[in-house]
Amino acid sequence: MLVPILKQGDYLIASIQSELSDADLLKLRDDLVRRVSEFRSRGVIVDVTVLDVMDSFATRTLRSMAHMIMLRGAETVIVGIQPEVAFSMVQLGLRLEGVTTALDLEEGLSLLDHKIKGDNGLG
Amino acid sequence: MKKKGTNQPSNEADTALRQELVEHFREKRELLRQQWVEQMTTKGLLAGLTREDIENESITIYDTCIVCLETGEYEGAQTYATRMAERGVLRGMTTEQIIGGILTLRDVYGRSLFEWYQQDMERLLAALDIYEPVANKILSIVALAFVEEREKIVRQQQEAIRELSTPVLQVRDQMLILPIIGVIDTHRARQLTEQLLRTIRTNRAKVVVIDITGVPAVDSKVANHLVQTVDASRLMGATVIVTGISPEIAQTLVTLGVDLSKMNTVGDLQGGIEEADQLLGYRAIRIDPASGSNHQEKKVQ
Amino acid sequence: MADRVCVQINSEIDIVTARQKGRDKAQQLGFSSTELTLIATAISEVVRNIVEYARRGELCVGIVQQGDKRGIVVVAQDSGPGIPDINLAMQDGYSTGKSLGLGLPGAKRLMDEFEIVSEVGKGTKVTMKKWVQKNVR
Repeated sequence: MLVPILKQGDYLIASIQSELSDADLLKLRDDLVRRVSEFRSRGVIVDVTVLDVMDSFATRTLRSMAHMIMLRGAETVIVGIQPEVAFSMVQLGLRLEGVTTALDLEEGLSLLDHKIKGDNGLG
Repeated sequence: MKKKGTNQPSNEADTALRQELVEHFREKRELLRQQWVEQMTTKGLLAGLTREDIENESITIYDTCIVCLETGEYEGAQTYATRMAERGVLRGMTTEQIIGGILTLRDVYGRSLFEWYQQDMERLLAALDIYEPVANKILSIVALAFVEEREKIVRQQQEAIRELSTPVLQVRDQMLILPIIGVIDTHRARQLTEQLLRTIRTNRAKVVVIDITGVPAVDSKVANHLVQTVDASRLMGATVIVTGISPEIAQTLVTLGVDLSKMNTVGDLQGGIEEADQLLGYRAIRIDPASGSNHQEKKVQ
Repeated sequence: MADRVCVQINSEIDIVTARQKGRDKAQQLGFSSTELTLIATAISEVVRNIVEYARRGELCVGIVQQGDKRGIVVVAQDSGPGIPDINLAMQDGYSTGKSLGLGLPGAKRLMDEFEIVSEVGKGTKVTMKKWVQKNVR
């Protein structure tokens, strides 16, 4: 399943459309890291709203992706983690340390604006 | 109580006698049912029921019992007893009314057997051997159905109390307060977290203040639950501020070696709300008392 | 409904299929949406363990009744290399593979009951159960 990556100004937005296999997820990671360099993007948003399971592999892949993107000088925000999924992740012991999260795409965008352009993104 | 084992017809004589009993009870249905209702009325067991209710219920119960006797199958009785218990408890019927009613029916059936077979002692005993286990089984089904219904209601009430005791309140736009009062166990911690996470989603909250002033004791297990709640909220993009950690609790936590360094803590609820305001970009400004209103919140963009 | 559903595990693609089957079965049993997610995640972890260490195996989901308790039973079985030290494997953060080492102990935390039997050279069998909460919501 291909995850579409949209470029919007300084940002890249990847919205996951269906459950992903491990290979899909790894491909998404590689694609995003490559495109961040290609477009000189400053922020990346990954929308995981449709995922109803985030297991250790998915969490680890997203975390390593955020760290790789950070090394390219850009910020990553994971948005749309569902209440049930968040609950399940902490029970499992997964915390996405060092990765920024936001409620949804809109909040994610304002958070990036705040971090990168210095706007008050919380307001 | 007689020995069990007569639930299923075992031999021909037994089957024939069982059928005879069934036919007897069917034949005398109106008579025996009326006797039953009369006796219950005298004992005051039918208080609060309409004549229509009494008529319908008594017919159904009477026939259901006969089916049990005839087939040795109790599923129908089970279902009916559960329904009866649900309705009975709802209408505030007492256990005495229900159990008394079934005991009365048992007597009515029993006596009619005594009358029917009074000339033939041996046959009477054989008939009782068939009848009594069925009657006992029905009584136990009804009693159990009632106990279960009561237990179900106790559980529902416990659940309701739990929900009442953990309100998630919206103070202002994007800010929630969760005042926890009472003991936190695993079940409650779970429920509380689930409720908080759902509210974060629906109210689009960004800051949550959890106040634990009302929690009597915090051990490492409770602290661990708290850490999980904070982490899960963060995954949904909300910051959590924990307030109301008493000096005693602070001491316990440090002694237990619980790592709360990643947790945002503020002394009391007021301080927590002020901190939350700051995170959200609000500032409280006191307006001149003469102008009417005392406090007003202003949002700074 | 069929009492037992099994999924053959041959590659990582089957992880998604397995957890969806598990979720469907759990849904039929009346688990809450949070519990559905917990069950699906636990299945994901144990199946991932099969893919990572044994390459292939089987995951079965069924219904279990014990007294008046009703629940879901998940069995993940493989004939892979087996686990030499189960206590070690059940420790948080322990991993011989490339994972976070949260898989098995994590799955255990998500379910009500967890049992693991393993023999080196023969394979591993994980049995997990979760009971439907009797409380009325």
